[in-house]
Amino acid sequence: MIQAGVIGVGQTKYDAKRRDVSMAGLVREAIDNAMLAANLEWDAIDAVILGKAPDMFEGVIMPELYLADAIGAVGKPVLRVHTAGSVGGSTAVIAASHVCSGQFKTVLTVTFEKQSESNATWALSPRYPYSPHINAGAGGYFAPFIREYIRRYEAPEHIGWKVAAKDRQNALKNPLAHLHIPGIDEKMVSDTPMLWEPLRYLESCPSSDGACAMVITAQDQVGSRNVAWIKGMAVRSEGTLSAGRDEVNPQAGIDCAKDIYNQAGIQNPFNDIDCAEIYVPFSWYEPMWLENLGFCDLGEGWKLTDKDATAIDGELPFNMSGGVLSSNPIGASGMIRFGEAALQVMGLAEDHQVEDAKVAMGHAYGGAAQFFAMWIVSSTLD
Amino acid sequence: MSTEDTPKDYSESPINLEYFYTAGSATTRFLNQVKEGNIVGQGCPKCKAVYVPPRGSCPRCGVATDIEVPLTDKGCIESFTVVHIPIPGNPIVPPYVCAMIRLDGANISFLHLIQDVDIENIRIGMRIQAVWKPKEEWTHSLENIKWFAPIDEPDVDVATLRFQES
Repeated sequence: MIQAGVIGVGQTKYDAKRRDVSMAGLVREAIDNAMLAANLEWDAIDAVILGKAPDMFEGVIMPELYLADAIGAVGKPVLRVHTAGSVGGSTAVIAASHVCSGQFKTVLTVTFEKQSESNATWALSPRYPYSPHINAGAGGYFAPFIREYIRRYEAPEHIGWKVAAKDRQNALKNPLAHLHIPGIDEKMVSDTPMLWEPLRYLESCPSSDGACAMVITAQDQVGSRNVAWIKGMAVRSEGTLSAGRDEVNPQAGIDCAKDIYNQAGIQNPFNDIDCAEIYVPFSWYEPMWLENLGFCDLGEGWKLTDKDATAIDGELPFNMSGGVLSSNPIGASGMIRFGEAALQVMGLAEDHQVEDAKVAMGHAYGGAAQFFAMWIVSSTLD
Repeated sequence: MSTEDTPKDYSESPINLEYFYTAGSATTRFLNQVKEGNIVGQGCPKCKAVYVPPRGSCPRCGVATDIEVPLTDKGCIESFTVVHIPIPGNPIVPPYVCAMIRLDGANISFLHLIQDVDIENIRIGMRIQAVWKPKEEWTHSLENIKWFAPIDEPDVDVATLRFQES
């Protein structure tokens, strides 16, 4: 298999309403930044792979067609990916796969959401035929799983506040983050109103406009560029309404993590991974994913969070950029995790750089916590 | 037209989408029973898992769930949330309790409301039973059940609910 690496990551400024740009302008902002970082001309791009969450979020169906000019796809192969909230991660994996397979030398991949064009909670709360209309957005869907996690492992309620405060403190070091909340702390989180018990307002992700792009290329195209080498990548899914499913600790997440660790030669993820950008749209998903991804035993995740292991200066920093809790352009949120992991091992994460980060993980999940995408990137090829 | 002097760069234009939904054979069988006040799950002939509401196939085995499994309207709360914010387009007034309902004999849960109980007394594992609308209002919908309400039976250990293939 051909070795592939990320040679450019481009992001937009994330905000509640980017009214200064159209959807086309938004994706182009990320792409221009990625192309500049990669130091490439358009001729070098062999294909464009675009991902985003449901088209209902903006009401523009198959936007990859209308965006063809903006994403530089005219006359080139283009592919659209959609795997709900995990799509940013899945799109990165699919883009990299097209390089590793030898199909293309260099691929531009971009993901976006312009949530201000519609209302995602409305789009996620449709009236299903023949059923009571009680769907209450993503938070309403995940809150029962979180309650069951808390019950199962007797986790104290301040863990959620702690994650929410920590990620927003990290966001203060990232000028692109949507939420910059001066003085954010656990008290401020715990004082905010309950939305979907046990989740409070500040334990939930915002709705953001934004885009993230990456240029992924084959080893023989890299030249002298700074590279984040892709050491392992995988996607997994499981049936939402399948008997025996454990929504708190989905098997697809366990399997996906094991697959990338095996590919990357990681024996002990807690020790071998220097930092991780993990998809945490609601505070409690940090301890839940610590366990699901094999960083610790079941029931131990909240204890790692509690002893600051996931702080930016901790043993295993999580979401140095501020994470999904600080910026959530849904379709791009997964790719931001993958791109931020790449920036860390390239040494380009500026104020939220983890010192000496050599191996980093990017993670995304979506849908009813049944879609997973992950990768491991490294500063070295060996 | 707006009388504002400033140029407008943004306007809201709500749209309404209408669509036809074809239930398919499995859901039709299920809803025909619901119309009569019966809850009939569908079982996988291979792993024996019971699905309610049924989607027509077992995601574990990839085969049609062609075994009809009559169930009662009793079960337990697998987990739940209390929703405090109004949802766009949703007539229910918060706070309301949205629960994962696991009927006795079923191997997946579905979402429905919990009422007739103080919210602070609702627990994971609590025994519950359907509260039906008057018979003359029954249609092809789980809305025939107004909500689920607690019954005086001991709580269930939800760890025992996990489906294990026998």
